[in-house]
Amino acid sequence: MADVVTVDGVARWIHAFREEVDSKATVLTELDSAIGDGDHGVNMRRGMDAADDALRAAVAGGEVAAIGPAFQKVAMTLVSTVGGASGPLYGTMFLRMATGLGSAVDLDGQGVTDAFARGLEGLRARGKALAGDKTMIDALTPAVDAMRSQVLAGGTLAAALAAAGAAANDGRDATIPMLARKGRASYLGERSIGHQDPGATSMALLIETAARTLGA
Amino acid sequence: MKKLINSPATVVAESLAGLAAAHPELAVNTELSVVYRACGPRPGKVGVICGGGSGHEPAHAGFVGTGMLDAAACGEIFTSPVPDQVVEATNRANGGAGVIHIVKNYTGDVMNFEMAGEIAQANGDVEIETILVDDDVAVQDSLYTAGRRGVGLTVMVEKIVGAAAEQGLPLAEVAAIGRGVVTEGRSMGLALTPVTTPAAGKPMFELGENQIEFGVGIHGEPGRERRTHATAAELAEALGGPIIDDLPFVSGDEVIVLVNGMGATPLIELYLMNAELSKILGSHGLTAARTLVGNYMTSLDMSGASFTLLRATPQRLALWDAPVVTPGLRWGA
Repeated sequence: MADVVTVDGVARWIHAFREEVDSKATVLTELDSAIGDGDHGVNMRRGMDAADDALRAAVAGGEVAAIGPAFQKVAMTLVSTVGGASGPLYGTMFLRMATGLGSAVDLDGQGVTDAFARGLEGLRARGKALAGDKTMIDALTPAVDAMRSQVLAGGTLAAALAAAGAAANDGRDATIPMLARKGRASYLGERSIGHQDPGATSMALLIETAARTLGA
Repeated sequence: MKKLINSPATVVAESLAGLAAAHPELAVNTELSVVYRACGPRPGKVGVICGGGSGHEPAHAGFVGTGMLDAAACGEIFTSPVPDQVVEATNRANGGAGVIHIVKNYTGDVMNFEMAGEIAQANGDVEIETILVDDDVAVQDSLYTAGRRGVGLTVMVEKIVGAAAEQGLPLAEVAAIGRGVVTEGRSMGLALTPVTTPAAGKPMFELGENQIEFGVGIHGEPGRERRTHATAAELAEALGGPIIDDLPFVSGDEVIVLVNGMGATPLIELYLMNAELSKILGSHGLTAARTLVGNYMTSLDMSGASFTLLRATPQRLALWDAPVVTPGLRWGA
């Protein structure tokens, strides 16, 4: 396999994530019912159905031929369809991942790491949240760190993404004992402790899916 | 789940179609779920919009009309509207004198309105002022939470700000009046039963026969604590006390009162709660200058109630009494 991510790879990733969200929508909604408002699964499903359809149509129609525009298409569709906090957050993440890619048609391990790192910066800026606040940032932060270490050590793209997937899952699990400081879960105070964060859960799914599709 | 729906996915659009059919003075963009005055924005008048998740009816679409909102952006149930919807509502309300965004303080609402504001201002020349409503004393306001939620006070903000705009006051002044209301209004609520959203199909939390959810929000999110059910007098004291202490409202103050139902609580109980609240106000030396009792900021089929108190001033009372003609609130016209 080529050690780069292509537009087709991005399309495969988004499609696979859509399928994951479809099959786990109930789980996401149940997690969100425990400490939020119970709409995360439904909203993510609506958004990812739309984003996958839009990206595939744009690639098939020749409208999207580079990585940046592919990320942008996903971003704008999510912003317009998800609602809640997840729409602006995932939308901003993909928008920032697209920044500066120009007309690049493939990304190597360094390029992918930089893109995710920009996405994480975007999330922090939009959500004004930090690591440890019990949000999706707690899954993405360790994932980006793991990716960067692998790339610095000369690892392959596949190895970097696999490490990111594992780190994202660990980060997701680490949200369970955290006290929520952002979003609706923060209204619960101490009662948010002991629950897995739904946003970190969908983020871990996104990264894990990237490992399966972009790194394979 | 027994609900009068066709499919969970189409509830909002189909309900807005019914609202439009009942109220020819309102128009609905069914694609974007935006309700606005059919006559369009009045040139030179400050536009006032509100938006939020659906499921709080009559808020907010039911408050569109003369003397209150120019447009409302209706998100999916309990889900903030997306920026496209807020931009559409802004455009429908823009009479050239600026547009007020009334936003309830929830992470999603704040972010979507923020992005919408950036888009609307990039697309054209519209000045936007945001009034962030955060009146729920059940939530600790600290660096470690998303801040207090916007709940019942939003109805008072919409009424008073809408009246100020209708009188032709300029944008900055209307915004200042709205922010003043936010500064001096407080709310708290409780739930006797959980809420069932059409999409989830089952109650969002479990409550024992003898339990209530205290300090509850309006989206089925659990409250701050679970308590044992008690008499109306005890519950009214438990809600009213913290509201009065928080501002604090002080002896001699006149207040505007909202005793709000969460959707499934009958009026007979809400009026009973108002009788209890009246005693509490009296014991603190407070006078209810105006009182509104009913289901105004609801949470689908949740049963329960909330109290909202706003310190009354001559200006606020005059704006409160000004004519209003909307599906949800109507007097003086």
